[in-house]
Amino acid sequence: MDPINSIANWLEGLLTGWGLAAWLVNLILTGLGIVVLSTVALIVAIVCVWVERKVVARFQDRLGPNRLGPFGLVQPFADILKLLLKEDITPTGVDKVPYNISPIIALATVLILWGVIPLTPTVLGSDINVGILFIVAMGAISTLGIIMAGWACNNKYALLGAFRMVAQMVSYEVPMVISLMIPVILASSMGIHQIVESQSVWYIFVVPLAALIFLISSQAELGRGPFDLAEAESEIVAGFHIEYSGMKFGMFYAGELLHAFTVGALFASLFLGGWSGPFVEQVPMLGVVYLFAKALFIYWVIMWIKYSLPRLRIDHMLSFNWKFLTPLALALLMVVALMHKLLANTDPWVYVLSMLVANIVVGWIALSLARRQAIIERKKFDENRALARPAESTAAAPTS
Amino acid sequence: MTAVQIIFLLVAAATLGAGLLVVTAHNLIHAALWLVVSLFGIAVLYVLLNAGFLAVAQVVIYIGAIAILVIFAIMLTRKVAADSGPQINSNWGWGAALAVALFGALFWIFQGWPGINTALQPLSDQDTVVQLGQALLAPDQYLLVFEVASVLLLAALIGSIMIARVRKDS
Repeated sequence: MDPINSIANWLEGLLTGWGLAAWLVNLILTGLGIVVLSTVALIVAIVCVWVERKVVARFQDRLGPNRLGPFGLVQPFADILKLLLKEDITPTGVDKVPYNISPIIALATVLILWGVIPLTPTVLGSDINVGILFIVAMGAISTLGIIMAGWACNNKYALLGAFRMVAQMVSYEVPMVISLMIPVILASSMGIHQIVESQSVWYIFVVPLAALIFLISSQAELGRGPFDLAEAESEIVAGFHIEYSGMKFGMFYAGELLHAFTVGALFASLFLGGWSGPFVEQVPMLGVVYLFAKALFIYWVIMWIKYSLPRLRIDHMLSFNWKFLTPLALALLMVVALMHKLLANTDPWVYVLSMLVANIVVGWIALSLARRQAIIERKKFDENRALARPAESTAAAPTS
Repeated sequence: MTAVQIIFLLVAAATLGAGLLVVTAHNLIHAALWLVVSLFGIAVLYVLLNAGFLAVAQVVIYIGAIAILVIFAIMLTRKVAADSGPQINSNWGWGAALAVALFGALFWIFQGWPGINTALQPLSDQDTVVQLGQALLAPDQYLLVFEVASVLLLAALIGSIMIARVRKDS
């Protein structure tokens, strides 16, 4: 028995002892669960501020926050105080209701994802049977929040940023949904709890390519580099949240950081076995530790990609999605579905190994096709290149 | 009245109210946002009917795709900031009459249908998503309908690509 369920059972007994109706007890316990879970998630968001600033500092060969408290651990609280004390400016000409609702949507759609992520074998918010689709639906609502923010601000840069962000999110949703279908096929369930439970072998070893596609498209969904065109500082200042100040900006910021960590938790649940680890059967609360460790690792990978790669151009970003990632995800989905049926009755080791080999083969074919296409396009580009002094340049230019 | 009935009445009222605001809002973007509220209300109604898959699909398709597309279409075709024309044109009487007639006809049909007053059978313990998937792909159930819908969507996809395609010779 784990402490959370013990407390819940004790509270249930206490409230029933007071003579409350069963539905009221249920309502109070559910409400308490929601409050506790969102508080934990928001505390994680505060920690994420510190982690993000420290890690980006190390990637850029700096120290990061190091003045307040040990290792600068108190710095995020100072940041939050600053955001809270800032004047809350509402620019003229904004559309009041969408302007004020969109920061709430941005944070709420991330927080609500924690409702379907199983924290331990016994502690989970809600084991709905369409968990995977629920995640996609919340992503759809967050797209709406961004477009509302961009439009309500009455600012050209905000609207441009929102357009870019929405084009990116709507496009990258396609390979993400397809790659999410692959764990669903393997576990034959759309509930995340069942997917975690059926991972006797972590799915990253069974379908590494699907995990990679999910990671790339999540990175785009997060709007993190190299897909951070929505906040290209040199072109459109800060994108859709340019007009927000104080805690409203803080909600966008917390939402973004928490979303990255949440994607880490989702990746961990879908491909890294979620809460599973040694001794988790005896001490269920260890599951939280394992889940958070795996989620933090994926969060670190996301930051690693973000701070290592330069920003993509918008046409490159879109054609990478539609001409490479989506066909690859579709092909992989068909191969995995077929293999899963063909190998249904074989030894687990044969199953895992052939899946792994199939993934590597599909990835290798896709990469070699992309390389061939790149050679053709580069040749076309070289022929049409506008040169200032064609005669001299052809002689001087290296023949690469 | 049970809790579910109270929730149903509140959600249905919100859905209808938002639907009314879609046609009466001065600003087209506001109309589109009210449409989102209305569509979300329908998703909640699906949840009340224990149809989780339909509810989530409603949010993904109608809010995530269609509402976004509508908002994009408005932003790309109209002068959004200075857009406050009249909400009705000369055909509003016909529209209202048609709506009332449709509502009356549906009301009359459902009054005559015996299923309206019988209590629903509780769903079996089996996973409803599994049942739905098997029903959609079973040859003796809805496979043909499912495939026809898929082919229709594929035709729409190819058609839009053909319209948007830049021909090499031009």
